[in-house]
Amino acid sequence: MQLHDVWFVLIAVLWIGYFFLEGFDFGIGVLTKLLARDRAERRVLINTIGPVWDGNEVWLLTAGGATFAAFPDWYATLFSGFYLPLLMILVCLIVRGVAFEYRHKRTEERWQRGWEHAIFWTSLIPAFLWGVAFANIVHGVDIDRQKNYVGSFWDLLNPYALLGGLVTLTLFTFHGAVFAALKTVGDIRTRARAAARLLGLLTAVLALVFLGWTQAHSGTGWSLAALVIAVLALVAALAANQLAREGWAFVFSGLTIVAAVAMLFLALFPDVMPSTLDPAYSLTVTNASSSPYTLKLMTIVAAVFTPLVLLYQGWTYWVFRKRIGVQHIPSADHVAPAPEV
Amino acid sequence: MELAVAHETIARWQFGVTTVYHFLFVPLTISLAAMVAGLETAWVRTGKEKYFHATKFWGKLFLINIAMGVVTGIVQEFQFGMNWSDYSRFVGDVFGAPLAMEALIAFFFESTFIGLWIFGWDKLPKKIHCACIWMVALGTVLSAYFILAANSWMQHPSGYTVDPVTKKAQLTDIMRVLFQDTTVVVVFHTLTAAFLTGAAFMVGIASYHLWKAKRRPETADGRKVAAMRTSLRFGLVLAVVAGLGTAISGDTLAKVMFEQQPMKMASAEALWETQAPAPFSIFAVGNVNQGHNSVELEIPGILSFLAKSNFSSSVPGINDTAAAEAAKYGGRPADYIPNIFVTYWGFRLMIGFGMTSFVAALIGLWTTRKKRFLAPEFRTAEDEVPRLMLTPSREMGPFLTRWSWRIGILTMGFPLIANSFGWIFTEMGRQPWAVFGLMKTADAVSPNVSVTTQVIAFSTFTALYAILAVIEVKLLAKYAKAGVDLTDRPPAKDPTLRGPSSDEDADKPLAFAY
Repeated sequence: MQLHDVWFVLIAVLWIGYFFLEGFDFGIGVLTKLLARDRAERRVLINTIGPVWDGNEVWLLTAGGATFAAFPDWYATLFSGFYLPLLMILVCLIVRGVAFEYRHKRTEERWQRGWEHAIFWTSLIPAFLWGVAFANIVHGVDIDRQKNYVGSFWDLLNPYALLGGLVTLTLFTFHGAVFAALKTVGDIRTRARAAARLLGLLTAVLALVFLGWTQAHSGTGWSLAALVIAVLALVAALAANQLAREGWAFVFSGLTIVAAVAMLFLALFPDVMPSTLDPAYSLTVTNASSSPYTLKLMTIVAAVFTPLVLLYQGWTYWVFRKRIGVQHIPSADHVAPAPEV
Repeated sequence: MELAVAHETIARWQFGVTTVYHFLFVPLTISLAAMVAGLETAWVRTGKEKYFHATKFWGKLFLINIAMGVVTGIVQEFQFGMNWSDYSRFVGDVFGAPLAMEALIAFFFESTFIGLWIFGWDKLPKKIHCACIWMVALGTVLSAYFILAANSWMQHPSGYTVDPVTKKAQLTDIMRVLFQDTTVVVVFHTLTAAFLTGAAFMVGIASYHLWKAKRRPETADGRKVAAMRTSLRFGLVLAVVAGLGTAISGDTLAKVMFEQQPMKMASAEALWETQAPAPFSIFAVGNVNQGHNSVELEIPGILSFLAKSNFSSSVPGINDTAAAEAAKYGGRPADYIPNIFVTYWGFRLMIGFGMTSFVAALIGLWTTRKKRFLAPEFRTAEDEVPRLMLTPSREMGPFLTRWSWRIGILTMGFPLIANSFGWIFTEMGRQPWAVFGLMKTADAVSPNVSVTTQVIAFSTFTALYAILAVIEVKLLAKYAKAGVDLTDRPPAKDPTLRGPSSDEDADKPLAFAY
């Protein structure tokens, strides 16, 4: 395996890590409207990801930075080509981060409600758009001889891509519901399991069509294996959820994401962005990659620091391992006391 | 406007707006992280309540600020690809490496440990909790280092070669990128300026509370005053040290720039003709087309000293430097002259605002000095507002006292202005180059992104950032004015990592919740 192949795998690992982790963050965000019945329950949900969402999001930044370093052309083509969807994702991530941090800083009803709407929409939209983006990457888009995307914004919203968006949206929401069942106590925990059952079935139908379509269009033997694992994992997650084995359900919903994203990357390889205009214009692991020196350097950096990151991020999850319920939500918000007059 | 020009202009405006805005939060984040860490360490070591209150108070302001720093930073990771794809293709092999390292090494540190710090007050033993904020501080400094190494490479490319076949830059020596003189000096200058920013911020808000307590002693609480008094002194000491460091590193950086980017320094001074000795300009109104200033006021010899450490050296002027660049890279000399108005005034405003805060802190440090330097009847207790003393037994009059406190408050944002102008100067002064001597900004933009798309993106970011600025400033003002919250208490007993031992504890509300 050559270095650029190693880096293809590493980039895939970063995206898998991102979707695994921020997948349930997005899901929790969507569930604040679907599952929570009042503000206390919404706060329970938000606080299940409170200490970790920021660290989860860095997987995306690292995926972006690593793509820039290892495959500059992939980075340039992808983000200049998918400009407007990416702009929407960025706007959502900006508002979402601020919403988590600022919502509880004032007690006014309008203020809190406004940020709660923001959390819902800014979780839902990126969860959908990432699917659209990845579907387009795998299927190929109009890339010209200069490696530039020359299609329009509307070309990106083709049926296959929209289906991909629905799959990530439902899959992440399902993963979020499973996570909610694992991290909460009380009434909301039971309802989270019920929601997971419905969402899981919906995901299964959509994902089967989408992944089957992908397999038919650009699949290989390996991608088929990943597809089978994804489907089996989803079935296992649903079964574990049914048996109220929440830990196992989470392991399997996570594995579904891992296998499904892995399948997309396996279907993509050795291209990184296929061109629909002429296969000769496709960006591949060889023609889009950096020099061997840079790849070697970055391999060393990744080999040293990725395990370290996993270690201390894992520790964070252990520190905040306790389930939370409405009884744990402080009645008084942490807001500034009124200034003395 | 011609399409290509519009293309480049909008892309530059977007980068300028998003980056200057991002950098309003960055220096405060870098400095406040370390300052809060220092205060928490003081609390852990001494157990004194005033340090706990100060940690909590500045910690809240820090969190309001870092939230904005983090989210506006996300854009930075992607906009090279969005608006500057030809740049990204050309430099990715070199420039991408420090960016990826920044994410993998620094961002994970910051974001993971900030979560532990915010939510961990009742979950982590206090020493470990304190270590978490130090990790955040380390993360911010590492982040600054990597991104400044990347920027320094644009200012002064080194450790690379241009591939003869692909015509792209290729990394040959990462050590040169990370440790070349430009990087090291810029990091020092940026970090000291960041600490001056945080220190002035702390001095300003502490002054507000102390001056209020002084005017209305009947409503003042000694515990709050003690926390603010400690903060004031801490801020003043730091502002003086950091201000001095900023000046020294700035001088060193200028000497490096005279060497590496003579045009930038000539434009900083609006020095049109090569002169020996060269004067330092105080005020000038120039005319770019005629290549000289119509009005000027200057001090002889000083510029030579700044550039070469003696009063008689020759300093190359704009016209000669532009002619030399045109001869080397082709085109007309005028193509190589940056916007002199912006560079000249940006340079002056940077120094002016930054040094005003430094001088104000120096005066503040003297007038609020320790009680062993004062006559006994003027000494104040730890929980009293300090008297502003000119000599050991002479206090400032009411007028001077009033204005001293007010200046402390008013100069709070000065380093923020200085930082912004510093970046505007250094980036505009590099024009027309994106990567000095290698790639022009006009050749760096994404060729396939339409002007319509650019306009949509630029207006979206500008509008969103404007709204968020209003929200952020209001929130910051609310919490800053509210002052220390005396109801904030440390956990009754130091938490252990194993978690609650009894069932009774298991249903206790969280110490902090979103």
